[in-house]
Amino acid sequence: MSVAVGGDHSSTLLRRPFAVHDVKPDYGGTVEFLFAVRGSGTAWLAERRSRDLLDVVGPLGRPFPLPRDPVNCVLVGGGSGSAPLFPLAQSLRRRGCRVDFVLGATSADRVFSAITARRIAETAAFTTDDGSFGTRGRVCDVLGRVIEEARSDAVYACGPMPMLRAVTAVAGSHGLPVQVAVEEAMACGVGICMSCVIPVVGEDGITRMVRSCVDGPVFRGEHVRFDDVGTIPFDALGAPGWKGSSAARAAESARDIA
Amino acid sequence: MNADLRTRLGSLRLPNPVVTAAGCAGSGRELAQFFDIAEIGAVTTKSLMLEPRAGRPAPRMAETPSGMLSATGMQGPGIDVFLQRDLPWLLSRGGRAIVSLAGSGAGEFGELARRVSEAEGVGAIEVNLSCPNPADPSGRHFADDAAQAAAVVQTVRSHARSDVPVLAKLAADVPDVVELAGACVAARADGLTMVNTLRGMSVDTRTLRPAVAGGMGGLSGPAIRPLAVGCVYRVHEVFPEVPIIGTGGVRTGTDVLEFMAAGASAVAVGTVNFADPSACVRVLREFTEALDARGVSRASDVVGAAHRPGTGV
Repeated sequence: MSVAVGGDHSSTLLRRPFAVHDVKPDYGGTVEFLFAVRGSGTAWLAERRSRDLLDVVGPLGRPFPLPRDPVNCVLVGGGSGSAPLFPLAQSLRRRGCRVDFVLGATSADRVFSAITARRIAETAAFTTDDGSFGTRGRVCDVLGRVIEEARSDAVYACGPMPMLRAVTAVAGSHGLPVQVAVEEAMACGVGICMSCVIPVVGEDGITRMVRSCVDGPVFRGEHVRFDDVGTIPFDALGAPGWKGSSAARAAESARDIA
Repeated sequence: MNADLRTRLGSLRLPNPVVTAAGCAGSGRELAQFFDIAEIGAVTTKSLMLEPRAGRPAPRMAETPSGMLSATGMQGPGIDVFLQRDLPWLLSRGGRAIVSLAGSGAGEFGELARRVSEAEGVGAIEVNLSCPNPADPSGRHFADDAAQAAAVVQTVRSHARSDVPVLAKLAADVPDVVELAGACVAARADGLTMVNTLRGMSVDTRTLRPAVAGGMGGLSGPAIRPLAVGCVYRVHEVFPEVPIIGTGGVRTGTDVLEFMAAGASAVAVGTVNFADPSACVRVLREFTEALDARGVSRASDVVGAAHRPGTGV
């Protein structure tokens, strides 16, 4: 979802994208999201009080796909990227899936809902950069062990790009499919500003610069070209000097953008 | 009372003056989730080139006071995919299309205009003159040289269908916007769109590097509105017969009134679509209310009002 900040006459025009943490019927319906104060926009959000109005657009983008069968899933979160994994865990549990958490943060005070994680998951492992909570280190330092002990069949992850890249590598080394939710900067959240593009390989093998907001934010990890994020890969559709085959052009024409 | 909102851009008749700005609404499909695309005057598409284009690397945007810098590098599907896939969709929803074209030279612009002319249902062509001219050693845009801009406009005009108006989209950060407008009008532009983003930079003060990957970006949003209104005013003063789409930081219905009073016949909503995906219909509603509140029965009566002392409403 995306949230306008600063009020009606704000000089900060751009929406802030957040992942949905929970949706509840309480109080006529509530939507929860988690954020850290990083700049003037999130500082303004942090000052909102009960009954203040927020301008919200959502839900946006492609959600985590759910497995058909009751398989074992490990959910890996980094920092505030942990937030959207909780409703995912509930959905997976309702389908009879086993859920294990691996949650990482910089320090103990940044670990999100450890108690809830322990309650809804079979196991919950924690890592912090400074060792103030759980294991000292990064999520991938313990992920392999969790996958083996839980006999995981699938991996879900949300967090910063370097973490997603590392998680995708660990999942790949265990032969597991991995779904990653990226946290890219966005201006609109609805697919028109073209700010949040990353290079992703399509089912047809063609790399495109795709919008995280509407084509994602969830992608198959092995389809994201993590090494090329922040660049235009030379073989991406429409890259400088790109000479597309007629097949690539036909595929593009037939492809539905909405 | 409901004011008559109809307006004209050369031979193109629009039910109302609120259109989208190029590059701020895709081809209309995303915004159609939020409102009926047929309700607004027209959708100006993102600038299309001959080939699919991946654009510039990220980060592509930076927030600035009352605006933003962006450098998407004209990422797009290319003209053929647009004509086969996106234009038919827009027309099927009852939308009107102003097709923005971007080329790397008069040859590409001419070929783009020729292909657009083979399609049915294009309301107008907008020529994006703020593209780097590869033949210019210092990387200047076509709009930076009135003669180069005129050559591009002339090529597009000669390749486009005679019943499709050609609008030249002008830059504001040029030595003399009136001279640029005059050169485009002399090259048989049927109308002008004013103004494009302004070249600017924002430096990330943590890294001390430019905040957008390409270094320079295009500044848009309410921060540039007085400058855009000023350009419309000056050009309308000299060329009162030439229809203008005013654009630059339109956020509310009274902003539309302001551009039209300065001389615009239609007004494009750009960056504010990012902040509020329903902005176009909200702005249109506010504009209608603003006319009603002032007892104005025809929107076209407002065009150029700022040039006529004593006729304020």
